Amino acid sequence: MRIGDAKQTYVADEALWTSSTQQIWFGLLLLALLVFPFIANSYLLYLACLVGIAVISATGLNILTGFTGLISLGQAGFMGVGGYTVAWLSLHTAVPFPLALLAAGLLTAAVGVIVGLPSLRVKGLYLAIATLAASVFLHFIFSEWTSVTGGMAGLSLRPAQLLGFSFHNDFRMYFMIMPLAVIMLLAARNVFRTRVGRAFIAIRDRDISAEVLGIPLLKYKLLSFGLSSFYAGVAGGLFAYFFRVVTPESFPLAMSIFYLAAIIVGGMGSILGGVLGAVFMTLVPEGLKLLTAAVTPFYPQAPVFMSPLLGVVFGVLIVGFLLFEPNGLAEIWRRIRRFFHLWPFRT
Amino acid sequence: MDWLFFGEVSVAGLATGGLYALIALGFVIIYKATRVINFAIGEIMMFAAYLFLSFAGGMQLPPLIALPLAVLGGTILGGVVEKVMIRPMLGESPISVVMVTIGLASILVGMAEIIWTADPQLLPDFLPREPVFLGQLYLAPKIAYGFLIAAAVLLLYLLYFRFSRGGVALRATASDQAAAYSMGINVRRVFNLAWVFGSLAASLAGILVAATGGLSPQSGVIGLSVLVIVIVGGLDSILGALIAGLFVGWLETVAGAFFGGEYRMLATFAVLAIILVFRPYGLFGTHEIERL
Amino acid sequence: MNVGGAVYILEAVNVHLAFGGVAALRDVSFAVPEGSITTVIGPNGAGKTSLFNCISGFYRPQQGSIRFRGEDISRLKPPARAALGLARTFQNIALFRGMTVLDNIKLGAHVHLKTGLLGALAYFGPARREEMAVREEIERRIIDFLEIDHIRRQPVANLPYGLQKRVELARALAMRPTVLMLDEPVAGMNREEKEDMARFILDIKDEWDVTVLMVEHDMNMVMDISDHVVVLNFGQVIASGEPSQVQQDPAVIQAYLGDGDVETLRRRLNLKTEAA
Repeated sequence: MRIGDAKQTYVADEALWTSSTQQIWFGLLLLALLVFPFIANSYLLYLACLVGIAVISATGLNILTGFTGLISLGQAGFMGVGGYTVAWLSLHTAVPFPLALLAAGLLTAAVGVIVGLPSLRVKGLYLAIATLAASVFLHFIFSEWTSVTGGMAGLSLRPAQLLGFSFHNDFRMYFMIMPLAVIMLLAARNVFRTRVGRAFIAIRDRDISAEVLGIPLLKYKLLSFGLSSFYAGVAGGLFAYFFRVVTPESFPLAMSIFYLAAIIVGGMGSILGGVLGAVFMTLVPEGLKLLTAAVTPFYPQAPVFMSPLLGVVFGVLIVGFLLFEPNGLAEIWRRIRRFFHLWPFRT
Repeated sequence: MDWLFFGEVSVAGLATGGLYALIALGFVIIYKATRVINFAIGEIMMFAAYLFLSFAGGMQLPPLIALPLAVLGGTILGGVVEKVMIRPMLGESPISVVMVTIGLASILVGMAEIIWTADPQLLPDFLPREPVFLGQLYLAPKIAYGFLIAAAVLLLYLLYFRFSRGGVALRATASDQAAAYSMGINVRRVFNLAWVFGSLAASLAGILVAATGGLSPQSGVIGLSVLVIVIVGGLDSILGALIAGLFVGWLETVAGAFFGGEYRMLATFAVLAIILVFRPYGLFGTHEIERL
Repeated sequence: MNVGGAVYILEAVNVHLAFGGVAALRDVSFAVPEGSITTVIGPNGAGKTSLFNCISGFYRPQQGSIRFRGEDISRLKPPARAALGLARTFQNIALFRGMTVLDNIKLGAHVHLKTGLLGALAYFGPARREEMAVREEIERRIIDFLEIDHIRRQPVANLPYGLQKRVELARALAMRPTVLMLDEPVAGMNREEKEDMARFILDIKDEWDVTVLMVEHDMNMVMDISDHVVVLNFGQVIASGEPSQVQQDPAVIQAYLGDGDVETLRRRLNLKTEAA
């Protein structure tokens, strides 16, 4: 139950968590995230790391597509740029991981801005296809620029380092990924409390009017591309550290679609939506794996159908959510919350 | 440089381009009438080709029966997709509608893999096998006959749109939906018709393409080349689709033959990038006046 | 620019705008006296909104210029013009559906804020102070004034039409306008809403020290609150002057009615006097 949320100051009214109930829940969530690795088994830990990476990347894509309305089919390519940057730095230098991730983010942001350049002249679907072109180019570079990327064989990484401390297992990686995910989520949430985020949303809703109201379109579109790609680059860098190998096939077009599906299922234009979608979409394949394992004793062919079935499920989720719940899981979550707001009293 | 080889490659490329033009036409029909960009067009092609494989290979039907049946199957698929998935999205943002077609593509690829396995397969021969020569230039028979069929169908389409009632309704809807509606044109039917015709063209082209290049659930990636073609030609221009289809077909084949397979896509998308920078709405597309 | 005592804050000089072969504005010249309420009237399709779009910088006229305080701003892009205080509302309400009322209004203040990307990510220090300051200013000067405090947290998409128009006005006010351009501010409103809006416009002019440039069809309102009226027809200025002058101008009456019954329209234009 949440009551008594009258505010005395504008600061309190514009806080992220406007009631003590919310603050307590958030505190509990952080605590749970902190305790989790100590009680989880290795499989859950592995999943949690995957979820953390997916959350960062999905949030990045959500900034661009969900909030700014610029559809991108280049997310996997951008993550690849981050992944290869980290891999290259790990092989050729001894930079600590925060610097490597920062470099990955910044380089990817630069690539993102270049890809976004046509966005002033071309809109919507044309832009989607421009990002598709970018991912084709990036894939080409990953597989052909052998001296840097290792060609089709890719690159193998040493574990991430910080001051002699080596992140060589999932337990340690969790403590790299999860705090970063939380910080980057809060930062993304912050953006939409300021004029920058409002400008993004204005461009999504009515770009022409936004311009007349004083928002330079190109600048903010590029900013959105840059910010979104930064997130993708960091996620790609974490991906590289986590799997300790990157190849051109680590970042296929299907991955771009995976992330688009994640923000649609979760809820476009909602930070919470990106999180829910990333969690959900990462767990769907695992659920399918469990299902397959359960069925295999009776039907030995089952594993063969695992991967195509996944494609079907992703597709059905995308289409289903767009048709029936276009605001995604975030909307379902809001509905549940509204129910409990005044619980146990009926409204 | 070996000019004979270049000539042969070019002719083969142009012939492939004819097929591309047919697919692009299907794409443009759907876009013009309904303003939907169909990212699943490659997958509809792939699906129709698998149907042909089942009819002609699995069920041993003669190609002359299997071919129309498979095309019919792909066409019905398009019509049903429009009714079930696209129509309810009417009025939603273009991005959402595009995402629906992307979801559809994902579903079709998965289903094809479940039904027909992931292994690449060859279609049974159904085109004449005698080599074709244009003067000195040798042309693989499948490509040559594929081109002839595609060209014939293209011509039929153009005549249909020019002269038939349905064609006029389609063009009217494309140029002004509200006006067409108020003139008594059943716009919903036109939308469906557009998907049916678009899918028909794609299905036929899909079978012809698979006949030369083989077939796998991933064959739908050809849809990416088609996307490039329609962007280069201009999304709403039939003439653009034809010219750009021929050009991209030629370019891909030449780039593949002279530099290697990995350069095919690169060449295509390089053209795309150039077009997007210098003529963002394509060679023949219309740039609409924006209103506040 | 100062001509004969009146100071013109905004001028259109020989503006010519065509789409393809169709001329939307032909050699349009007029001036908006500073501190006035100037209204552009004319039949549908006369080019009123096109003219607004030229002033906002969304359309680029092929010839002629737009001057602000005597300076040619024809080359400025729309955001730069917004920064000069050329604030406007739109004929078909252009609110941002995905935002709350409050965020829509805050968006209007965009050009006056400084927060960059890094500040936004951190939302700490200057960025936070700036947000609080703009919130405070909006609450104090705009939300109370326009009586929309009860809806500030609501998504704009759910609001009734009249309130949406009011929110749009609020957003324009957040731009700290020098010239407030209103494109049909009372179209589609009922009588009560119209009266509210007229009162708001008059109050804004007086209390905010703002020049109002308006497109409006409602003759009662136009004649009631305008200081200066410009009449457009087929993209040309056919008359301008004080409301009472324009009202009697035969060219204006014909533009509205064609070559028919002049008396009927004269009655229509005088409707307000009869009602009073």
